[in-house]
Amino acid sequence: MNALLRRLAPAALLMALLALLLGGTDLFAGDYMKRILIGIGINVILVVALNLSNGFTGVFSLGHIGFMAIGAYTASVLTLPLSLKAVNLPSLPGWLAHVALPFLPATIIAGLLATLVAYLVGLSLMRLKGSYVSVATLGFMVIVYVVLVNWDQVTRGARTFAGVPGYSTMWNVWIWAVLAVLLVWRIGRSPAGRDMMAARDDPAAAQALGISVMRSRLMAFCISAFLTGVAGSLWAHFITSFSPKSFYFTQAFSVITMLVIGGMGSVSGSVIGVFLVTIVSELLRNAERGATIGSFVIPPIYGASQVVMAVLFILIIVFRPSGIMGGRELDLRRIAKRLFPPRSGKT
Amino acid sequence: MTPLELLLQQLINAVSVGSLYALMAIGLAMVFGILRLINFAHGDLIMVGSYVALLLTTIGLPFWVAAIAGIAASTLAGLLMERLAYRPIRGAHEVSMLLTSFSVTILLENLAIILFRPTSRPFPAPAILRGVIELGQLRIAGLDVIAIAVAAVLLASLTLFVKRTNIGISMRAASQDLLAARLMGIDVNKVIATAFAIGSLMAGVVGLLWSARVGKVDPLMGFNPVLKAFVASVIGGLGSLSGAVIGGYVLGALEILLQGLLPAALTPYRDAFVFAILIILLLFRPNGILGSSEKEKL
Repeated sequence: MNALLRRLAPAALLMALLALLLGGTDLFAGDYMKRILIGIGINVILVVALNLSNGFTGVFSLGHIGFMAIGAYTASVLTLPLSLKAVNLPSLPGWLAHVALPFLPATIIAGLLATLVAYLVGLSLMRLKGSYVSVATLGFMVIVYVVLVNWDQVTRGARTFAGVPGYSTMWNVWIWAVLAVLLVWRIGRSPAGRDMMAARDDPAAAQALGISVMRSRLMAFCISAFLTGVAGSLWAHFITSFSPKSFYFTQAFSVITMLVIGGMGSVSGSVIGVFLVTIVSELLRNAERGATIGSFVIPPIYGASQVVMAVLFILIIVFRPSGIMGGRELDLRRIAKRLFPPRSGKT
Repeated sequence: MTPLELLLQQLINAVSVGSLYALMAIGLAMVFGILRLINFAHGDLIMVGSYVALLLTTIGLPFWVAAIAGIAASTLAGLLMERLAYRPIRGAHEVSMLLTSFSVTILLENLAIILFRPTSRPFPAPAILRGVIELGQLRIAGLDVIAIAVAAVLLASLTLFVKRTNIGISMRAASQDLLAARLMGIDVNKVIATAFAIGSLMAGVVGLLWSARVGKVDPLMGFNPVLKAFVASVIGGLGSLSGAVIGGYVLGALEILLQGLLPAALTPYRDAFVFAILIILLLFRPNGILGSSEKEKL
């Protein structure tokens, strides 16, 4: 009993901290803070999912945002109110034109569709290695983009897809985020997860030990696509209007930055990476709007925050290529032990 | 138009587009061959060169002066890129290098947005590039002729360069085995800088031809060409120079074929088809056409 308590204590502590943060924000902070926290929650899902595929299996996908796009558009088409559908998407196929699903089923369907697509493209992509897979997944992202831009009846093409109900709240986003973190954390400590990492570190040796490298990569890719699709749906119902451009290079780069800065292969690193990058880029974004300090007027320089982020990213890769956590996990018990060393020799 | 003329017309289009892709892909392939770095920012060299050329024409310099300056600017930008961003991470993991080149792209594109505004500007091509030669029913754009000729000259000189000159041979040695090359006393820094210089020079040339073709420049203009160059060099087998050239022309032909064969409703999806074909090709030849056929058995 005592041992179990001790094992669960760090997780419980983290959850309590999170609940405190969310609850406090909900009660006392303004809309700006709430929106930032929703954004962080969605990015946590995206980065943790990417970590599952890229960090655990080492198959570096650059095209995950394609799954986010699939999730966002699928869920939005499903939840869009019927009256808006008639106006915005007049030529929607009949069976889609008459459904308006609640948020949860739409999100799950969005995730499942992303999974299905991931399975189909994964059959081919997961065989590739090194840089080839990066280029090919980037190709996948372009395919999704081109389809979204041209499939007018369903996506409104390059025009803005607007009027998505704003179902995403801080609470439901964070429930998904916590579930995603727990899931990926569990996978990392399960036999399946160890297979993934073995296949990453030495495919030939893993294969020789009877691990199906292809199967474990594909599994990671599919689960990761599910979570990414879900995140897409959450994001769509948070931002409520978007266009195919929202799911392209810039977004892909931002998620990858968070992953690499946090440290690939480390779940806690992913979460830390998201918080850090979001806070820094939010500060920079405020700074680029310009300011007036006394008699000095600093003019707004739009785009400057991106420049600074890019430079920071290069510096991280040069000086700490394995990210903040470097593939290790945050170990609360070890930290606790260091802070409060046990009095007796027993631990 | 007779079928033969139609075929000829399309062939010229394919070779002309393919020439641009080939020149771009060579820059990627040379760098990848030596460093295992996929230089995503290669596309932005196009943008740098075109903007410099545009700026100089607007202050009244003749086009050819501006063009040479633009190409020089691309070359210089490529060298700077290597020195500042890629040399510090030489030997890092392939993915780290790829991500670094990503950030270089973001950096350059946003700098361009800050400096030149995000909107596109018209690119004034001189008359010779805008002209059209009529041969019977055939209409050949002057731009196509020049693109094909320029590519032929550049490719021929590149072949001579890597086969005959000392530094060219060193370059091939370095791409076979960087460590062994270094042990043989080859100055690797010089070789890598040369590879960047040549690739960037070609990107500068492509930039001018591309801008003249599209008629405008904008800060994100390098994205599409570099994607296509990726595809070309992957088709040919990453790192192989001849592969990159073949890949470039294959891609050009493929695009023109798709343009002609796809039903009208599907032509906007052309790029999606191109990438789908790439993914299918990689399924059977995971290392490209000219790459080794050795693959991970999964």
